[in-house]
Amino acid sequence: MEITMENPKKKDVVLDSIVDTSLKKTPKIETKNIKVWYEEFNAIKGISMSIKPNTVTAFIGPSGCGKSTFLRLFNRMNDYVDGFSLEGKIKINGQNIYKKNVNVEELRKEVGMVFQKPNPFPKSIFDNVAYGLKIQGIKDKQLINDRVISSLKQVGLWEEVKDDLKKSGLALSGGQQQRLCIARTLAVEPSIILMDEPTSALDPISTAKIEELIFQLKQKYTIVIVTHNMQQASRISDYTAFFYLGELIEFNKTKNIFTNPEKKQTENYITGRFG
Amino acid sequence: MRKIKELIIEKTLMTSALITIAVTLGIILVLSIEAIQFFSEVSIFDFLTDTQWTPLFTEKHFGILPLLSGTLLTSFIAISVALPIGLTISIYLSEYAPKAFRKAVKPLLELLASIPTVVYGFFALVVVTPFLQGFFPDLAGFNSLSAGIVMGIMIIPYISSISEDALHAVPASLREASYGMGATKLQTAFKVIVPAASSGIIVSIILAISRAIGETMIVAIAAGQQPRLTLDPTVPVETITAYIVQVSLGDVQHGSLEYRTIFAAGITLFTFTFLLNTLSYRIRKKYQEKYE
Ligand SMILES: Nc1ncnc2c1ncn2[C@@H]1O[C@H](COP(=O)(O)OP(=O)(O)OP(=O)(O)O)[C@@H](O)[C@H]1O
Ligand SMILES: [Mg+2]
Repeated sequence: MEITMENPKKKDVVLDSIVDTSLKKTPKIETKNIKVWYEEFNAIKGISMSIKPNTVTAFIGPSGCGKSTFLRLFNRMNDYVDGFSLEGKIKINGQNIYKKNVNVEELRKEVGMVFQKPNPFPKSIFDNVAYGLKIQGIKDKQLINDRVISSLKQVGLWEEVKDDLKKSGLALSGGQQQRLCIARTLAVEPSIILMDEPTSALDPISTAKIEELIFQLKQKYTIVIVTHNMQQASRISDYTAFFYLGELIEFNKTKNIFTNPEKKQTENYITGRFG
Repeated sequence: MRKIKELIIEKTLMTSALITIAVTLGIILVLSIEAIQFFSEVSIFDFLTDTQWTPLFTEKHFGILPLLSGTLLTSFIAISVALPIGLTISIYLSEYAPKAFRKAVKPLLELLASIPTVVYGFFALVVVTPFLQGFFPDLAGFNSLSAGIVMGIMIIPYISSISEDALHAVPASLREASYGMGATKLQTAFKVIVPAASSGIIVSIILAISRAIGETMIVAIAAGQQPRLTLDPTVPVETITAYIVQVSLGDVQHGSLEYRTIFAAGITLFTFTFLLNTLSYRIRKKYQEKYE
């Protein structure tokens, strides 16, 4: 384990070249026969899938098919929904996250989330990024400072905002706000980032920047992204999962899904014949 | 035909608006004329600096400070009671309570504000004061403590209800963002939701203060009628409003200087509530801009 931490690249390369069931291939997220209900409505109808570390996985499918519902299971965000109930097992890093004694706050530090509409806090840019650290009770100014700067640098926002960190996060443009939200998530150092249509409210240039960012983040994080944009899915993801009416129709390497889908429904959807 | 109908409705609405404005202006006008006459006989300086208020005695003093201190003291006690309770209730209702509970409790709380204040006044006098005397034997029969506490209970809904509206209006996306970063409910409430709703909360506090300052019956019944410049909550005091009631109900000659004191007192009260209401209006406007 320690070796991996010190020199991940080298170890990965070594493992990759030796066996396929290497450390890198053990699933980061694993679900077994997941079913979700909202009151009587069966929103997810038995989905099993496993997501590998340091990959980008895209969830696609027509509106209302359950992409958001499924994604929000991974950080237990559905817990707040009235009438929500769940059956099945979800493991993250090998741990069942719906077990009784699980600390939900700890889980969410490990599994960050970026939302559809940029939602910075009505606080300064600095305080937005520092928020996650402050609520953990971290007082070390130097550490907070460093983490804020490095997070803003990672999302490419540093040069744009370094002179007005005291300005309200709400004063930024939509695209900048979304990058601020990503920086805020990165600052807590999660290992998984969930993104629910993170670019659907943004202009093409901001979208391109975020796609570029996702591509880079893959080095360090496991990313699951919901998108309605087929080009986006094919550009940035390694794996694509196609959902339809609460079921996982097809889950495969993105290349295969887009060039050679196994199911007719998948093909119809990605070629725009329905949905 | 339809046009005439619309015209009639429009004129009626306009007339009602004009009547309201006219009445308000009329009140201010009468208040000012009587007050000006008062101040032609008593200097404003004495009015603002004299520490005694004895217009009905042979040795007359016209210092508003004792009445003002009575008003501010009872209001301060009321806010000290209403603020923590009202805020706690609003945060609980908005962030913790199940939807159904919130829906049921909010109107019930608002009932508190619709109990006739004379009932509160007697409650303060015959229940709260004797109860408190069990702990503080020196407590006078009339005192600002009981009046203030009971007035505080009365204004709880001003704070809880308006603050709750403000908290509830904070976009759900901010809650999600905070929870999503591993914040607890408590952290989210105090570090994100309350600051985001702060202007609405401040407005609720100002309105509650304004209501407390203008409250008459409770203080007239339970706080006594002895103008006294003091911060001691255990002794009888008199508020501006209670004084106005006292003179209005008494047998003071209309048009006399004694009679005009109530207008001088009234305009002082009006100035305070007017400033507070203007302040809350300003804050509310700024707050609307922020969310638009
Ligand atoms: N809070 C809720 N209460 C009841 N039903 C819900 C709730 N949230 C979602 N649903 C239902 O569950 C189904 C799946 O919703 P979900 O939001 O996961 O779809 P989605 O694939 O993300 O759609 P979109 O692409 O429009 O975002 C839908 O039929 C929706 O109506
Ligand atoms: Mg969705």
